[in-house]
Amino acid sequence: MHILSIPVEITWLIWLLPLAAFGIIAPLIRPFPGKTEPASYISIGAVLASLGLSIWVLLSVWQSPGHLITVPGFNWLAIGGGPQFSFGLLIDPLSAVMLLVVTVISLTVQIYSRAYMHSDPSYLRYFAFISLFTAAMLGLVMADNLLFMFVFWELVGLSSYLLIGFWFHRPPAVAAAKKAFLVTRIGDVGFLIAILLLYSKAGTLDITLLHSLALGGAISGAVLTWAALGLFLGAMGKSAQFPLHIWLPDAMEGPTPVSALIHAATMVAAGVFLVARMYPLFEAAPHVLTIVAVIGGFTAIFAATMGLVMYDIKRVLAYSTISQLGLMMLGLATGGVGVGIFFLFNHAFFKALLFLGAGSVNHATGTFDLRQMGGLRKALPWTFACFAIAALSLAGIWPLSGFFSKEAVLSSTLDKQPVLFGLALVTAFITAFYIFRVVFLVFGGEYRGNHELHESPKTMLLPLVLLAIPAVGSGWLNANGGFESLLGEGTTHSFWQGLTGLLAQPLPWFSLAAAGLGVLAAYAMYIPQWISAKQVKWTFRSLYAVFTRKYWMDEFYEGLIAGKVIYRGICSAFRWFDTFVIDGAVNGLAALTAGAGCLVRKAQAGQLQLYGLLIIAGVLALVLAMVLR
Amino acid sequence: MSVGLEYYLILSAALFSTGLYGALAKKNAIVILMCIEIMLNAANIALVAFSRFSTPAQMSGQLLVIFSIVVAAAEVSVGLAIIIAIFRHYKDINVSRINLLKW
Amino acid sequence: MGLNVAFWILAVTAFAGALAVVTMRSVFRAALGLILCFLAVAGLFFTLSADFLGAVQVLIYVGAIAVLVILAIMFTHEAECGNLSGKFKLPALLVATLFLGLAGWAMLATHWPASSAEGQLPTTAALGSLLFGQDGILLAVEIAALLLLAAIIGAIAIAREK
Repeated sequence: MHILSIPVEITWLIWLLPLAAFGIIAPLIRPFPGKTEPASYISIGAVLASLGLSIWVLLSVWQSPGHLITVPGFNWLAIGGGPQFSFGLLIDPLSAVMLLVVTVISLTVQIYSRAYMHSDPSYLRYFAFISLFTAAMLGLVMADNLLFMFVFWELVGLSSYLLIGFWFHRPPAVAAAKKAFLVTRIGDVGFLIAILLLYSKAGTLDITLLHSLALGGAISGAVLTWAALGLFLGAMGKSAQFPLHIWLPDAMEGPTPVSALIHAATMVAAGVFLVARMYPLFEAAPHVLTIVAVIGGFTAIFAATMGLVMYDIKRVLAYSTISQLGLMMLGLATGGVGVGIFFLFNHAFFKALLFLGAGSVNHATGTFDLRQMGGLRKALPWTFACFAIAALSLAGIWPLSGFFSKEAVLSSTLDKQPVLFGLALVTAFITAFYIFRVVFLVFGGEYRGNHELHESPKTMLLPLVLLAIPAVGSGWLNANGGFESLLGEGTTHSFWQGLTGLLAQPLPWFSLAAAGLGVLAAYAMYIPQWISAKQVKWTFRSLYAVFTRKYWMDEFYEGLIAGKVIYRGICSAFRWFDTFVIDGAVNGLAALTAGAGCLVRKAQAGQLQLYGLLIIAGVLALVLAMVLR
Repeated sequence: MSVGLEYYLILSAALFSTGLYGALAKKNAIVILMCIEIMLNAANIALVAFSRFSTPAQMSGQLLVIFSIVVAAAEVSVGLAIIIAIFRHYKDINVSRINLLKW
Repeated sequence: MGLNVAFWILAVTAFAGALAVVTMRSVFRAALGLILCFLAVAGLFFTLSADFLGAVQVLIYVGAIAVLVILAIMFTHEAECGNLSGKFKLPALLVATLFLGLAGWAMLATHWPASSAEGQLPTTAALGSLLFGQDGILLAVEIAALLLLAAIIGAIAIAREK
């Protein structure tokens, strides 16, 4: 099916173009350390082209019968007469939406990076890796079978590692990159187990085939449950759900545009995407869906509490991301693909905007510490405006996009999991509070630092403005139910009905109230200071301690798991084995040989009479033998 | 009773064993050489006895003994020369202490 | 009859001499025991109608070899090694007894082809013609001579003062 008679194979270019950009830029890193400009043009050009193609794809999918485009691929591996693995592209509404998100955010972040990373000596390396990441993420959302999805999944993880540890001469960055990779690896084990399980039981890894098999009941319930659990484990790793969330705050060591692209909008959304992609399997294993909901809901409030007490803007935003991802999982589990992906769609734009805004603030003040900012609304008006819009959207204030997506999640949760609904409502309050705490501490009051303040260059402001538009309006895409119906759920109704109709029901007012309370509380605490922050901190000091120490999760992981269980337990068992059994065997062999040698050496005593004795004794023995025969 | 072949052979065996014991057990190099001579003598006795009792006409045993004695003489001279050379070097003829062949 | 008596006396003497070599604590006395043994063996040769050999035995063994041995003993007198047994006393005893047993059994158990002819005396001429005469083994004699030459040269070379 094609529009304008363009063959559908052109979709391969969507991920091949950024890959080509990587291929062109990467070999130039060593020979041309100083020259910078062309690399960014190549990279941005590739992404722009991909964006164009993605828009075309979205329109095509809309008009295709069954909302599906399959692009046949090529045979990658055929083993004898047995298994065959091919790689093709599957473009359904889910992929089309994701393609749009990834390309738009990648484009805006790269434009922003031109200015932000301008003076960085590793400019070339930066754009090479960004292109690699974009290519991998695009491939991930288009892959038609789990095997290649896994390949791109790992590529995305690799790019994340490379970009978190971009400034590799900084030890904290190196440690953070390692932590990210290792923790997501734990999740990837689950993913791999799920793949193996599905392949051995269902005989195929093709996604559409798996869907029909799962819906048709051809795969047994136990297999589906374990496979879904494995897939969710992978999603937990990439999307930083509890208890695999510890890597995301540390990942803020990377450059801010990287945080915006990878750890706000796209890579962390890969986990949510995986669950959405394999949703029929989850539907067929409802217990797993409950687990998804519970973990999502818990993560949401868990992370939100930690975001309350951080002093580093990026850390607040990181915990916010974890919390919002939890809400996405909750939405997926209770409301279906439409609800979850709608939330993802909106979140990507305003979260990326928040991060880029934080980068802009850093560009002006040279720090990310909230305590050294204040009063920046006068010096950075554009940044302030965009950041505030994104904050309002995150908090879920009508009529911005965040309101609609949060609404959808809350209403579906109320139906299925009332307890989690309560938690989600509290989370909404905390979310509004912490983000406006940031807004008021950074932009309100008077400047507490001593830096030369100036607004960011136009190259950095343009993406902010570009992202502010969807931050405001992307929610309206579902006003007539079009978005959700595209993804298979929901009904269509008129635009105005969707925009205001919600306000006629009681539930949205609860969430608006929670959000409004949060904003008000933040205002009260930080602007006129009717409530003293210190007083609150003192009253809730034990809770405060728990929050700031991140529930002691890092100590748990590094001290207990890594330190005791793995290092002293498993590793020392292996070390004992290596020293005593393996080295013992090898050294023992040598000792044996030496010992045998020592023994045999005794025959060379240098004593003539010994030789004579042995000769005669030998002869006599021979004679005896012959005689006794 | 007449002394037959067996008597000489038993005597030869007895002398040989005595020489063998001495050659293997003694420390003094010269004594070892002496015991070797005893062994050679024992062999000579046996040869002559066989010659006398089995083939008296050909006297082949006696011929062999002539050559045996020649060889013994040559061997003793060279052996003693070696012992004297060793004595000059080590000032000692205790064979258990001359063990350069020890690995 | 006389031959029997002679045999027994000579046999005991030879054995005693050999024992003396092995058991005497003084090396010199051992050498004397050796001489006794050689003389007794010469006598035994005579009882076996090998008169030439008996003479040769006395001449060479007693006259040259035993003298050389005593010379060597005198020469290495400072070593004061004595005639003591080394570490292999017991194994050597074992081996020697074993050998005696085996050899003795072998010799007694075998039926030797015996000839009833008497030994012919004197043997010198007969031996001479056997060695040097027609169909003789002259080559062996020459080689023996070469051997002796080599031994002389070798002994001189080894024992020479540097």
